[in-house]
Amino acid sequence: MTALLEVSGVSVTFDGFRAINNLSFNIGPAELRAIIGPNGAGKTTFMDIVTGKTRPDTGTVTFGERSVSLLSMNEAQIAREGIGRKFQRPTVFEDQTVEANLILALKAPRSPWRVLLWKPGPADHARVRELARDVGLADHLHRKSGELSHGQKQWLEIAMLLAQEPRLLLVDEPAAGMTPAEREQTTALLVSLAKTRAVVVVEHDMDFVRRLNCKVTVLHEGAVLAEGSLDHVTRDPQVISVYLGRG
Amino acid sequence: MTRSFLARNPSVLIFIGLLAVFTLCVTLMSEAFGAGVISTSFVKTLGKTLCLCLVALAMDLIWGYAGILSLGHMAFFALGGYMIGMWLMYARTEEIVVAALSQGGLPATPEEITQGIATQIFGVVGSSDLPVIWSFAHSLPLQLLMALAVPGVLALIFGWLAFRSRVTGVYLSILTQAMTLALALYLFQNDSGLRGNNGLSGLQNLPGLADTSQDLVSIWFFWASALALALGYLTLNWVVSGKFGSVIRAIRDDEARVRFLGYPVEVYKLFLFTLTALIAALAGVLYYPQAGIINPAELAPIASIYLAVWVAIGGRGRLYGAVIGAAFVSLMSSVFTSGRLPDITLGPVRLNWVDWWLVILGLTFVAVTLFAPKGIGGLFDRLRHIAPPDRKGAPLGPDDGAFQEQEAQR
Amino acid sequence: MRLIACLLAALLCFLPALSRAEGLAAQIVADNRAQIEKPSRQTIGPVIAAIAGSGDAMADDILSAWADKRLVIRKADGALLIATPEGPGLALMGLDGTPAGTATRAEVTELKPNAGVRGLIASALVQFTLTDPDPARRAEALSSIARDPSAETLAPLRAAITTETDPDLKAQKERLERFLTLRFDPDPTARVAAIESLGADIALDTRAALNPLLATTRMVVAGNVPPNIARPLIPGRDITEDEAYALLVGAGLAPARLSPEDQRAALVTHLSGGMVGGIALADLNSQAARDRAYTALEAAGTVPTAATDDEARAAVAAHRFVDAYVEQDRAVTDAAAAALARIDRKVALMQAADLGLDALSLAAIYFLAAIGLAITFGVMGVINMAHGEFITMGAYTGFVVQLFVPDYTLSILIALPLAFAITFGAGVAMERLVIRHLYKRPLETLLATFGISIALQQILKNVFGTQARPLTAPGWLDGALTFNDVVSISYIRIAIFVLAVIFLLFFLWLMKRTRLGLEVRAVTQNPTMAASMGINPDRINMLTFGLGSGIAGIAGVAIGLYAKVTSEMGADYIVQSFMTVVVGGVGNVWGTLAGATMIGSLQKLIEFLNPSNTLAAQTYMILFIILFIQFRPRGIIALRGRAAGD
Repeated sequence: MTALLEVSGVSVTFDGFRAINNLSFNIGPAELRAIIGPNGAGKTTFMDIVTGKTRPDTGTVTFGERSVSLLSMNEAQIAREGIGRKFQRPTVFEDQTVEANLILALKAPRSPWRVLLWKPGPADHARVRELARDVGLADHLHRKSGELSHGQKQWLEIAMLLAQEPRLLLVDEPAAGMTPAEREQTTALLVSLAKTRAVVVVEHDMDFVRRLNCKVTVLHEGAVLAEGSLDHVTRDPQVISVYLGRG
Repeated sequence: MTRSFLARNPSVLIFIGLLAVFTLCVTLMSEAFGAGVISTSFVKTLGKTLCLCLVALAMDLIWGYAGILSLGHMAFFALGGYMIGMWLMYARTEEIVVAALSQGGLPATPEEITQGIATQIFGVVGSSDLPVIWSFAHSLPLQLLMALAVPGVLALIFGWLAFRSRVTGVYLSILTQAMTLALALYLFQNDSGLRGNNGLSGLQNLPGLADTSQDLVSIWFFWASALALALGYLTLNWVVSGKFGSVIRAIRDDEARVRFLGYPVEVYKLFLFTLTALIAALAGVLYYPQAGIINPAELAPIASIYLAVWVAIGGRGRLYGAVIGAAFVSLMSSVFTSGRLPDITLGPVRLNWVDWWLVILGLTFVAVTLFAPKGIGGLFDRLRHIAPPDRKGAPLGPDDGAFQEQEAQR
Repeated sequence: MRLIACLLAALLCFLPALSRAEGLAAQIVADNRAQIEKPSRQTIGPVIAAIAGSGDAMADDILSAWADKRLVIRKADGALLIATPEGPGLALMGLDGTPAGTATRAEVTELKPNAGVRGLIASALVQFTLTDPDPARRAEALSSIARDPSAETLAPLRAAITTETDPDLKAQKERLERFLTLRFDPDPTARVAAIESLGADIALDTRAALNPLLATTRMVVAGNVPPNIARPLIPGRDITEDEAYALLVGAGLAPARLSPEDQRAALVTHLSGGMVGGIALADLNSQAARDRAYTALEAAGTVPTAATDDEARAAVAAHRFVDAYVEQDRAVTDAAAAALARIDRKVALMQAADLGLDALSLAAIYFLAAIGLAITFGVMGVINMAHGEFITMGAYTGFVVQLFVPDYTLSILIALPLAFAITFGAGVAMERLVIRHLYKRPLETLLATFGISIALQQILKNVFGTQARPLTAPGWLDGALTFNDVVSISYIRIAIFVLAVIFLLFFLWLMKRTRLGLEVRAVTQNPTMAASMGINPDRINMLTFGLGSGIAGIAGVAIGLYAKVTSEMGADYIVQSFMTVVVGGVGNVWGTLAGATMIGSLQKLIEFLNPSNTLAAQTYMILFIILFIQFRPRGIIALRGRAAGD
């Protein structure tokens, strides 16, 4: 199985501080992966590098069957290549309706001219309704998204990610601020999503990670410390000393 | 599709209807076609105001919708005016020169005519050569093309430089202001090829129409300005009402998020910047023949800041707000600075409206920014009893241009 | 007769003049009476030299009187006398110094030597003034020679050097002798030696002395080749074809070209029956048709032949054109060119130094104007468009203080803290009333402060009027510190520089060594965190804004000292201040310093490269800054990484 995303030998330095240190990471086309690690381990910086927000000093990042390099692309190009990102804090366009948010995210041409002349067809409306129904927002399509509750915004953002139809999903702490019931739902969703695409979940909450039941990568000081099942890594003495042992 | 577009945007029909009625009324009351209640100079003022409304629309699109506070759009407006002014001045001078040369016994040669025009136009700056930038001035179509091409290309180059280095917010505003200042200072030079601080004058005289009275010409331009405003309103409403509008408002509120959705934010910004520059240039093309004179002071940075003031007072983020703001403030300005209002005597101090109008405008503007961020347009919400959504929480987006909680509540 | 005079003069030049010489001048005059009455520039020289060299105490008086047209012939007896105006008439004196009564103007005939002769006399007189016992007169004589150097003064000047007692004057005389030698000495070796002795002296007078040696005339080589050619001229490269042809016309080697006006006039004159030269009038609307008509007229012999373009081109191609030195001696011009090149190199260095000083002082001004802006922007993210008006307020404070305190030194000392206090108050008021309500809405803040800016500017205009108000610097700041003819800097600019340095140090101390500075830095980096540590961001913001505004006031007083104080004064500096902040980077005193230095140097450099046009200089500078932003979007000294907040 060839990897969908291949990160190798990446390092990045902020003012002398090595945020990522010779990091290598692979994920297959339909795989669920959790990334854990203490604060400052470089989890967010790793996502920033993959999505093009931060440019590494050294190393390569390639994506897809043709192994295109992501390093020469900007954020928008990487997103169009098929990488979606969900932020920790829900970021939806609060001034616009739920429907408008979803239409924005729908897979469609992104260039100004094409967008200017683009009209939503019946299929698009159907897709928007379907996505809204999936995340329980079917009744809220015409409400401004700013009026939604925190959890509803999380769901809207997930729906927007789905609308993008990405091949790789980067999810930053999805469980934060969710009720136990919503967590349950999120877990199920992520697991089902990982059947058709790659999903990388960055999470602090061990319970949540355990429920995902997937391969786990432990980051420490910008490098991979251990990789394997959760049980495997939690038995790793190094992991225990730097991460779990502290608590 | 157009029908459904108008059906979805009834305000467009209302606006165009009101504009049509207004145009008809002014025509009937003008000196050219009717009662003569409105003087020709006031018709010109109204026509100019319509052009200012058009450029305010452009400003609203770039600032109110996309959150880019450009302090340079009046420069594009003035550049459009300069380009059309070049043709007006050239063609008019050509008529005069040909008439003068035909007195000399021999029919004039093309060289003599060009020489005569150059001497006439550039005598004031001590030159008698026609600069290269006047190469197209003899032809109206070419020069009209220049009127759009020059501001458009400038906006494209500047926008490309600014947006590609991700300059945003206040930095971008200051950079656009610097661009405007650089352009103004350049034009102030005598060897800029545009007559330095003399500017271009006599633009109200249309070539070939020496016998037509200004009464008639002023009405023609008034009609043209009204038509341009109507078309501009229609176009921009179409632009902002669809998915495109949704994208640019999203850029205003959270530009990074839009990038992660795969939209090339910089291209959108560049597209908008150039589009609005073209609209501004078009407004300038219609404005300056009515004003009659253009000089580099017209593109001083302050003019662009006033443009932002109009849009803010009218209410940004809604197109009719921009039109109302521009019309209201610029008409108030011409009333207060006309010198015809009586002075107010407060004890020993005599307050002269001409002197104090700017103080009033400045403070009003501060008050509007503080207490009525939606401007005059906000009044319409109250009339229509639109309850603003009750939102709590953080600002609507992390970016500088984002609407904030406070104003969303108003 | 002339021979005698010459011999006499030569003799007298070598013999030291003693008291025996008394009456000798009168004698020489008497001997050469005819020549003196009708002098000619060509022949009178030896006579004047003889009188001057006679050693007679009266020689000076006689010559001065002659040059001043006060040497008169009494009509009654034909006696030659010196006249001095006395009341309505004249007091007369014999050439030996004895009084000779008075006369009316009608009773005498004045000798009126022409300008050439007067020049000769004046040069001869120089030797008297050069050795005058009064040092002031000697200095005056030196400067008059320096102003109008001539060959005749060289010998007396050389003679006057050895007897000079005043060391300053002696040095001046020696220096002047070099200048005269290099131009007028008959011996080329002496001239070259004089030129070389100058080394690389950059004084203006040295350059003024050398430049005439390299004067050239532009000419066409016809017949004799000029002996000392500066450079050949290739038409089309060094000179235009038209200029070359004009030289040919000037030298009489080619007929004048037909101007379009003349051609037109000629055609109109020969218009008959709607035809000229066989071409219909209506067809004469192109240059080609007119040329044809004129050629037809030429062929008919009705108009003079004029050079056609082809002929002119051929004529130009057939001749050589050169720039020839007026000075004939190649060795001299080479030496002078080498000396000037040496001097130019040194002058260029000095100019660079002078430019550096100018740039530093401009940087100091920008630093003062921008530091307040940079602080408020860095700490609060607020751009204060009214900053320029605070600068203006500071300057007007100085003006008002000077209305009440006439002593300039004292008034400036009062004005500085007062301006700070007033603008500090204005800044705090503005922060409390407006800006506080607009935090996190930087674009609105920008526009609201702009509203305040137009209101303030108009209020200042209404109160103080539109004309410029004076803000006078104390007397001890007048003048300039001059290092040499190239490098100098005015004391006011030095004072502003010192002020800027004081503020730089003050800020470094404030930010690094005080509790307030610590809190300000904390708020700059992370306001939320700072607030949770017990720092009151509200208070910090207020103080910062007040401080930034207060410095604007002080900058206003400083700028007002050398610029005009008008209500628009601040607005002139605001864009440069913005640029300084943008280029320098936000939230760092060093960044502002770097930005100010860069903007100041750049502006001076561009002005230097394009000195005629300060408007263009500003245009280019802004363009440069726009490009600069491309490479360092966050300024020269930028916060990077996580602290930058991206």
